[in-house]
Amino acid sequence: MQALVIAAHGSHLNPDASDPTYAHADTVRETGAFDEVREAFWKEEPHFREVIRTLESDEVFVVPLFISEGYFTEQVIPRELRLEEWDPDKWDSDGTSASQVTLEAEDVGKTIHYCGPVGTHDAMTDVIVQRAESVTEDPNVGDGFGLAVVGHGTERNENSAKAIEYHTERIREMDRFDEAKALFMDEEPEVDDVTDYFETEDIVVVPLFIADGYHTQEDIPEDMGLTEDYRLGWEVPADVDGHRIWYAGAVGTEGLMADVILERAADAGADIGDAVAAVREELSLETGADLEPSAEPGD
Amino acid sequence: MTTAPNHVEALLEAVDDGGAVAFDGLRIERAEDGYALETPDEEWTGLDADDLADALEPLSDYVTNWRYWQRAVGGEGTARRAFLRWCERAPLADVDGDDGDAETGAHPSVDEPLSVPERYAALREGLDREWGQLCLTARLVDDADDDPAGERVYDLWHVDDADSDLTQLEVYDDPRDAREISTYDEDGRYRPLKTAPTLPSGWAFTGLSGGELVETVEFFYPATVANWHRELRGTLDVDHWSETAERQTGIYDVLDEMPREAVEWMAEACCVDSQCLRRREWEFDEDEALDVDGGDGPFPCREPCSLVVAAARKWTILESEDEHTYELELTTSEYNQLAELIDAVAEGRTDEIREADVNDGANRFRARYLRAKRFDEEGDLEARRVDD
Ligand code: SF4
Repeated sequence: MQALVIAAHGSHLNPDASDPTYAHADTVRETGAFDEVREAFWKEEPHFREVIRTLESDEVFVVPLFISEGYFTEQVIPRELRLEEWDPDKWDSDGTSASQVTLEAEDVGKTIHYCGPVGTHDAMTDVIVQRAESVTEDPNVGDGFGLAVVGHGTERNENSAKAIEYHTERIREMDRFDEAKALFMDEEPEVDDVTDYFETEDIVVVPLFIADGYHTQEDIPEDMGLTEDYRLGWEVPADVDGHRIWYAGAVGTEGLMADVILERAADAGADIGDAVAAVREELSLETGADLEPSAEPGD
Repeated sequence: MTTAPNHVEALLEAVDDGGAVAFDGLRIERAEDGYALETPDEEWTGLDADDLADALEPLSDYVTNWRYWQRAVGGEGTARRAFLRWCERAPLADVDGDDGDAETGAHPSVDEPLSVPERYAALREGLDREWGQLCLTARLVDDADDDPAGERVYDLWHVDDADSDLTQLEVYDDPRDAREISTYDEDGRYRPLKTAPTLPSGWAFTGLSGGELVETVEFFYPATVANWHRELRGTLDVDHWSETAERQTGIYDVLDEMPREAVEWMAEACCVDSQCLRRREWEFDEDEALDVDGGDGPFPCREPCSLVVAAARKWTILESEDEHTYELELTTSEYNQLAELIDAVAEGRTDEIREADVNDGANRFRARYLRAKRFDEEGDLEARRVDD
């Protein structure tokens, strides 16, 4: 038997913070690829501390629903899961390349495949593009469009910016959008000045956050000038300084995220059969978009 | 419909494969002189295969009971199986699996087990159990449908709804709906602590399979089944306050500086039965119990939860402040009123105080009057620090 644990932050104050976690877990459940699928949280229940013992499977794949490698993925989650042998060096990562490491959870004697965060997986680039397609309702969006990937900024974690830049670079290499830029809330180049950084009239703005919340629903829309007051809402697209801003909201709410979770587990050796194809099929039925898998599961 | 003879065949196959089957009072053994069959009430020996099949016919409850547990439920040694056995007061001896000891009878959640005929009688009526604020009913599936004989299904509702008619409740059959139901209390407020005794009523899950029941319960009260099972087997691992505090990093790094007595106040504030259905099993540390009682909650709490950890950070910071002496002008009634206000908020009583009940010190108009009279222009309580 194999189990999937999606490890997310959650919130004591905001009941919506866990919505994307539940939604993606349900998508994976429906593929039937895992005998058990469980959500686990730092701030909600089941807590990281208790989750592994609720599983019957001996093989457990833990995928952190976090954007970047850093404090949570390197310290908090492994510690709380009681992965005694854990050491960040085992990921052998430059900040965006963590894949997986196999360890024992000390309290339960199960094999844990501890995966890198969803945010740095290559498949995440597709999710950002998919987000642009969803918000413009155009499966071919690209020509004449600029794309801004927005992150929090360095703060205490330099890897957070690396993840943003990594995907921006990959999108640039796709040659699909006229321009692609990494912007930040707390450092240069700042999302406040988004229109300064683009020649194109149309700009899709995709925040690389897991859940919609204070930053994506209040801060960023106000900072970009989409609205005076977030409570009044904003238009999509909204006119700002002669540009049309297509603001997408948190990328983590995109249905295709379930696919990244599956790919992470498959990279760590999970047998997921044709689950990735099933998820893409399901989503393309919902959205009408043509979703081709970018990578074979397990490769 | 799967008929009883098929169960008998499967049972006989199991006997032939293993030489014997012994389960919940039913015992069949293949001996030199034929089969031996035994229940708590009767005994046969020297049966040939046909005789055995005939003898089993009036024992169909034993046969379908064997089928349900050994074929449909399976999972020997798992928490899921133990929990489902507990639901119908079946003997829990096999919760130990291979390596456990036999202390299980002593657990407060465990009643005298029922024999197979007793259980079947109860299951035909529906056998009720309470799990926190949940009422669980195990029952036999009506023979009319496609389910094999002896199949159990489970219903689940709020204990407050145990006597309600189903038509008055919102009925669900997908375990995942439990997530939504348990997110908010009756007043629509977010419940970050799943074991807070504030689960709203008015809903029911019906016709769940055993696996679905456990899943649903786990969405309402995450990890309670696993920890109950560990407690039952005497293998519950407890992380006491000091270990939990020392483990913390980042903004919670300060936790190990929380004064000893503040840990007591915190346990008294958060971990009592009125606030949490978990029974606090953690103490200050392994050798030093807290004075505050852990409560009588049905679920063991094996370490401070994330809510308590987050609150502890706040209290650790607050406790690092120095104390001062203040002087303020209050009438005796106003002084008493301050105590009443704190008490009303701490007990979550403010919503219950009637608009016009001016006898209650925590009445809103009384509080507003006090504020109007005793607060200065900045909105602060008028007081003077006198110790410097
Ligand atoms: S730490 Fe206290 S409040 Fe938290 S779950 Fe345990 S008993 Fe309940």
